[in-house]
This record gives sequence, C-alpha cells and structure tokens, in this order.
Amino acid sequence: MLPVYDSGAAAGLFAGVLFGFALESAGFGSPRKLTAQFRLSDWSVIKVMFTAVVVCAIGLYLAELVGLVRPNGVFVPTVFLGAIVLGGLLVGAGFAMGGYCPGTAAVALASGRLDAIAFILGMVAGTAAFAAAFQPLKDFYFSGQGPQGQTLMDLTGLPEWVILLALVGAAFGAYKAGNHFEKKFGGPLTAKQVVAGTGERAPDQTNSVPKETFKA
Amino acid sequence: MSPSVRPYWPPLAAGFALGLALLVTFLITGHGLGASGFFTRVAAALSGWLAPVWAQANGYFGPFLQANPLAAWISWEIVGVLIGGILGAVSSGRFKAMVERGPRASSLNRLLMAFAGGALAGIGARFARGCTSGLGLSGGATLAVAGFLFLIGFFVAGFIASYFLKKAWT
Repeated sequence: MLPVYDSGAAAGLFAGVLFGFALESAGFGSPRKLTAQFRLSDWSVIKVMFTAVVVCAIGLYLAELVGLVRPNGVFVPTVFLGAIVLGGLLVGAGFAMGGYCPGTAAVALASGRLDAIAFILGMVAGTAAFAAAFQPLKDFYFSGQGPQGQTLMDLTGLPEWVILLALVGAAFGAYKAGNHFEKKFGGPLTAKQVVAGTGERAPDQTNSVPKETFKA
Repeated sequence: MSPSVRPYWPPLAAGFALGLALLVTFLITGHGLGASGFFTRVAAALSGWLAPVWAQANGYFGPFLQANPLAAWISWEIVGVLIGGILGAVSSGRFKAMVERGPRASSLNRLLMAFAGGALAGIGARFARGCTSGLGLSGGATLAVAGFLFLIGFFVAGFIASYFLKKAWT
C-alpha cells in the first residue's frame, strides 16, 4: 500500500532531479519567459501548472480507486484564510517583480542565471524579516483557520470525479485562451531567444515595432 | 547564437512530466514537492550562526534551531532540483551564465529588482506556509482549498504588479 512515507535523502534527491529537469525543460529557468505569462504573450506557466495539477490529481484519484494508495494518505494543506491569500498576493507580486518563485529561482541558478542569486538572497532576507516580525503577526498568521486538510470536495459537497472533470474543462479553456492570446501578442519565448539574451527583441514587443519604424 | 540550442518541451508535454514527477513524489513520500521551505531553513541556519541568541529566542526560527535546520528532506530535494536543472540546461545547450533582463533594464537594475522581488516572495511564502510549488502545485493536486486560494492570490497580484512593471521586462 502506498505511499511508503520515505522522506529520506535518496527520495529527496530523486524527486528533486525529476522536478528540476521538468521545470528546466518547460523553460522555467528564464525570468523573461516566466513573467511573459502576465503580459499574456506566453502562457507556458498556466498551461504547464494546470496540466501538472490535473495529471497528478487524476493519478492520485485513480491510484486510490484501485486500492494502490490508502484513502486520505497524502498531505493536504489547511486553510488559514488571511495569511494564505496575503501570502499568495505577495509571492505573485514578487514573481512579477523578481522574475521567479522559489522553485524556479533554483532552476534558473542551475541554468546559469546570475539574477537568480539576487532573488535567492532576497528570499532569505525576506524570510528573516518575517521571522523578526513574527510575534506581532502571530494573530493574523493563525486567523481564519479552516477545517483540517479541507478539499474542494469538502467545500462543495461534490464528488471528486465531478471536481476533476471541471478542472479538465477549465484546463481546456485555459489552453484555448492561451493559444488565442499567444497568437495576438507574438507568441511564447523560444529557447533560442532566451539563450540569445537581452539583445533579442522579446516577442511582446513585436506589436510596437511597426509604430516605431513609422516614426523614424 | 548557437544552433545547438534545443527547444523547450511543449507545455502539454512539460505539464505531463511535471505532473508525473509530482505524483511519484506523493506515492513515495506522502507529500508533494516544495521549495520555499529550504530557503526558510537556510535563513534559520544563517540567523543561528550570525545572531544565535536572537535566533534561538525568535518565535519563528527557534523551533527550526532545535536541531540542524538544514538536515531535512527539502534540502536533498533542492540539491536534486539543482542537479536536474543543470542536467536539463547543459544537455540542451540552454545553460548560459548571464543576468537575464529586459532590453531596457540595466544589469544593476535587474539585480535590485530580483532582490526586492525575492524579498516579497520570501515574506509571502512564510505567510502562506508554502510557495508556488508546495502550496500551488502540490496543494492544488490534492484539490486542497488552500492551494487554490493561494493560486488565486498569486495570479491576481501577478497580473496587477506586472501591469506596472512592464518596462522592466520589455
């Protein structure tokens, strides 16, 4: 019966190598590619994340259905309403500004990106600042606690397969919207453009190119 | 530009690979993938060396310093992420040492923005008790309400902040 609950060094290394290789292969070692999601010209972040969530969620559902995984056998985080929403907002703003989130900064560092070092130093500094201010923040940090490990099924009362079906549908919609906007705004950054560095005109700029040419 | 740069995987393929990696992680460990937890432990360890009295007494870092804060699963996982990232980047010709920045941003400007963004993300991940990997991706895959709440906040703030930061990247 799974999971085997092995969180040893070998398990960590193995999971990390898969994680890092997949993120790098998706192009997530590039801050320009990552942030292009928010300029709507490159939808890789939403497409890849949505696909991964759906694939893993369906995998866990099926594994439990056939008795491979014990029910409620995996860790499900608990809601702390204020802190989780504020945390999401801050990580999102930090991502738009700094070009990374914690995991992609590690992959960027592994890809040779020196700016990832600055982002990582910033994270460590931010974490220390949070710790320094922890005492007065404590009430807010624990506020709005929801039921232990609450899932969308608990929240809505719907069966898991309905939630999964809705997620597949939403992912489909996200791909369609993404393809539409990518076409409109010049398309996703390619590996060649990323490796070429800043000299290469980013695709988000292609729209403004003719205007500038006319002025000249 | 080197002609030997291999393209990224298409998003669908990369998403499947990432989803399977996450699934395997759940089946082995019972929990998902993470990242910010490691940097929290680095911050706790550094504080423990630089200001041991303060850090031991601190309500957040104190519990981490009961033992070696870096002796944890997530440390091995991040070492693995670095190895996996290097393998992917080097084998595909995508490894390049550079300050990656928008065409209008100076390197110094980019490094300062990266630091500031990192600080925001570091604070945010401590509030949320996880980051895009641990809460968004891993929490989302367990269909946790907390994971989707985090993702909503992440994307809302990302789009708003990005609107004001366009010049930094294009």
